[in-house]
Amino acid sequence: MSTLNPAADLSSHAHDHHGHHEIGFVSKYVFSTDHKMIGKQFLFTTLFMLLVGGSLALGVRFQLAWPWRAMPVVSQAAELIGGPNFIAEGGQISPEFYTMLFTMHASVMIFLVIIPILAGAFGNFLIPLMIGADDMAFPVLNMLSYWFMWPAIACFGLSFTVGGLNAAPAQGWTSYPVLSAIVDSAPGAGDAQTWWLMGLTFVGVSSMMGSVNYMTTIINMRAPGMTLFRMPLTIWSMFITAILQAFALPVLTAAGFMLLTERTLGFNFFVPGGLVVNNGDPTVGGGQPLLWQHLFWFYSHPAVYIMLLPAMGMVSDMLACVVRKPIFGYKPMVYSMAAIAGLGFIVWGHHMFTSGMNPALGMTFMISTMMIALPSAVKVFNWIGTIWGGKVTFNTVTLNCVAFVSMFIVGGLSGIFMAAVPVDIYFHDTYFIVAHFHYVLFGATLFGCFGAIQFWFPKMWGRMMSERLGKAHFFLTFIGFNGTFFPMHLLGIAGFPRRYADPYIHPYMEHLMPMNQFITICAVIMGVAQFLLIGNFVASIFIGKKAGRNPWNANGLEWTAPSPPGHGNFDIAPVVYRGPYEYSSPLVDGRDYLMQSERLDPKPPIKGDEDEPASDSGSDS
Amino acid sequence: MVNKFWPIFFMFWPILAIVSFVIAPSMDWWFPGPAMSPLGVQIDNLFYLILVIVAVTFVGTHVALGFALWRGVDNKNTKAWFSHGSHNLEVLWSIAPAGVLMFISLYQLDVWMEFRVKTHFPEGTTPVAEVTARQFEWRIRYPAPGKKLMTTPQPDDLYTVNDLHVPFGRPVSIRLRAMDVQHSFFIPELRVKQDAVPGTVIPVWFEASALGEYDLLCAELCGWGHYKMRGRVFAENETGFEQYLKTLQAEQNFDGVTQPDHSGAQIAEYGIEDSQ
Repeated sequence: MSTLNPAADLSSHAHDHHGHHEIGFVSKYVFSTDHKMIGKQFLFTTLFMLLVGGSLALGVRFQLAWPWRAMPVVSQAAELIGGPNFIAEGGQISPEFYTMLFTMHASVMIFLVIIPILAGAFGNFLIPLMIGADDMAFPVLNMLSYWFMWPAIACFGLSFTVGGLNAAPAQGWTSYPVLSAIVDSAPGAGDAQTWWLMGLTFVGVSSMMGSVNYMTTIINMRAPGMTLFRMPLTIWSMFITAILQAFALPVLTAAGFMLLTERTLGFNFFVPGGLVVNNGDPTVGGGQPLLWQHLFWFYSHPAVYIMLLPAMGMVSDMLACVVRKPIFGYKPMVYSMAAIAGLGFIVWGHHMFTSGMNPALGMTFMISTMMIALPSAVKVFNWIGTIWGGKVTFNTVTLNCVAFVSMFIVGGLSGIFMAAVPVDIYFHDTYFIVAHFHYVLFGATLFGCFGAIQFWFPKMWGRMMSERLGKAHFFLTFIGFNGTFFPMHLLGIAGFPRRYADPYIHPYMEHLMPMNQFITICAVIMGVAQFLLIGNFVASIFIGKKAGRNPWNANGLEWTAPSPPGHGNFDIAPVVYRGPYEYSSPLVDGRDYLMQSERLDPKPPIKGDEDEPASDSGSDS
Repeated sequence: MVNKFWPIFFMFWPILAIVSFVIAPSMDWWFPGPAMSPLGVQIDNLFYLILVIVAVTFVGTHVALGFALWRGVDNKNTKAWFSHGSHNLEVLWSIAPAGVLMFISLYQLDVWMEFRVKTHFPEGTTPVAEVTARQFEWRIRYPAPGKKLMTTPQPDDLYTVNDLHVPFGRPVSIRLRAMDVQHSFFIPELRVKQDAVPGTVIPVWFEASALGEYDLLCAELCGWGHYKMRGRVFAENETGFEQYLKTLQAEQNFDGVTQPDHSGAQIAEYGIEDSQ
């Protein structure tokens, strides 16, 4: 069915080759079961949520830089549309609203951006393509995993509105009881908290469906020849992440239900007896608040790795490609990811060093936490080893990947301070912690994602993203990011606590206000820079330079498929002959890549390889 | 030179980072004063130890990264170095950090034990008060002068809000409780922090090394007024502390008729029945 007319080829392709009936608009773009469409849906949703979460963060930053001043733009806008009472009279941020801002910033960023952009968007899009499968193992489940995000978004949204805008969840994303369990303890501890917990449950359901699907797909649907140790590190990271989610998530879901029943049905898990909250009646019961912290962090610490490992995998793949070199120490990379995942289950207590748990636990958790720095260090050394001796071209992908490595070093090293229990006595709940996890979650994960968007964009839409805009976005984001978060280390050392609406009422922090203003200006630069990404992303879908199947001269199976791949992904079912990192291989002359599916010793096609290509026909054009 | 812009860019920011840390103490972007307790001094020393180790690692890895990028841009070979890694290097850079990390964690166990494990508290640590955190204040209960702090409130106990007086120069402990939600007892200058957990009484010891007034903050989100849960710790000499308790007792037992004379003796003289 080779033809000179690409348009005719496209239509005949859909009809003749696969024999499918025409897919309607709804099942193609809305309730799609195609992993690529679901991945794109996740990507659009998470990028939108990134802007939402970022705006909430700017609200937090404004208050810390110019406390109790009327918010520019926002207060005028609120007045214009009739003034919803989410800010105090005069347009400032009220302390109640401040607690809501940082609570929802974290909730949105963690549950609606970072986790779904990695597993949902890139996991969905890349897993079948990289292992040579035509789709996920359970396409309908996959569709549901996306559509369960929307009830979650709706619940988080409702939590902002049910009690009036002044009563959104305000317990922090960690939602520690008793604050989150007793309705009278805070303005946002009423219905808003219930909706928040429902949202959390829906996110959990969505992740769980994804996780089961990824594991099954990776185990069962690999192309012939794709042994476990020929899998790209992206796939390894997605696989390990899926396992982490499958084992950790039930604990959070259970904890969420326990808190829900405690709040609504009068069960008693977390609230001890005899508490007098807000001059109300004393509580009755025998719960233990620390139980929540243990259950919550049993999920949420592995969740930190759920939010990091896929980025590590993707960066490994991209880095090898842009420096044209095999990944340094493939197996150590796999083992260290597995070690991070394994150790990730026994370090949750380091969030609780000052919580009053048994001090002996503090010591064991310190040692396990120190040990988890080891596989992270090994990975960093291997990335540097990968760059060593490579041929580096600085495109947007390279920049973001190098930033990932550099930022991850900072995030990892600052973690050593708080892994040390005695030092954590001082640093716990200060801005040092805020600096640390933003270096890991933004500095590492999001820079990895920015690189990944640029790198796999041609496979998603068949067009390249603009390099110039990509570099400008990187430059501004990198400057803004470090200007925002690096000084936070110093704030933390100065004893600047987290979650304070107005730290400056304490005299020893008064002189830190100029630094906070600097941070806020940098944060605004960083926030504005994201519109370059969004603009580049949307415009490139329509006017980007057209890309062929393999614009990066990469090795993975996904690059043998058309760009964008049609329904069923591969026009030629791939067979794998080698690992994914054979860049600059001496086996081939004249080029520095050797694809996984290339057969080097051509045998006559007598063994009945019906997938032997007759010609390079396909829907890429 | 244009192609060197990005390697320089990636080496420039770590230099800036180092510079900011070097000038931070002189710019007052540093600890809120030196540690005012013996344990705090130990914590600070551990911090500086880790800071040195971390700084060396930070510089080392970034120099390697920058150098690799610099060389990579210059690479005139037709192909990159075809290497899948080195077993020896992997072993080396697994064992070396493991040793350092193990050293860091074991080296500081005794500081942690001293701070938190009750049997390792310094000898002679006396409980001086019970501190109950509530939204958004610190309620403090002292025993009457000359008496010991009991676990249950006594009729002659003394009460204040937000002002915790302690003697300096010797270890003292408080019974930390929470009345409503979780809070955290944080004195930055003494480097002490401990969450107050509802339903639990947690002993916290500290020792102020000098006379003075220290800030007391809440470090665990406890509601909208979390930021304003400000208290003060007054470290006094022994007689000053005794005198404070006596004054407090006199004020508390004052019947509104006589002038409190701050000695505590007046009340008995006038024969007012204060036993319940």
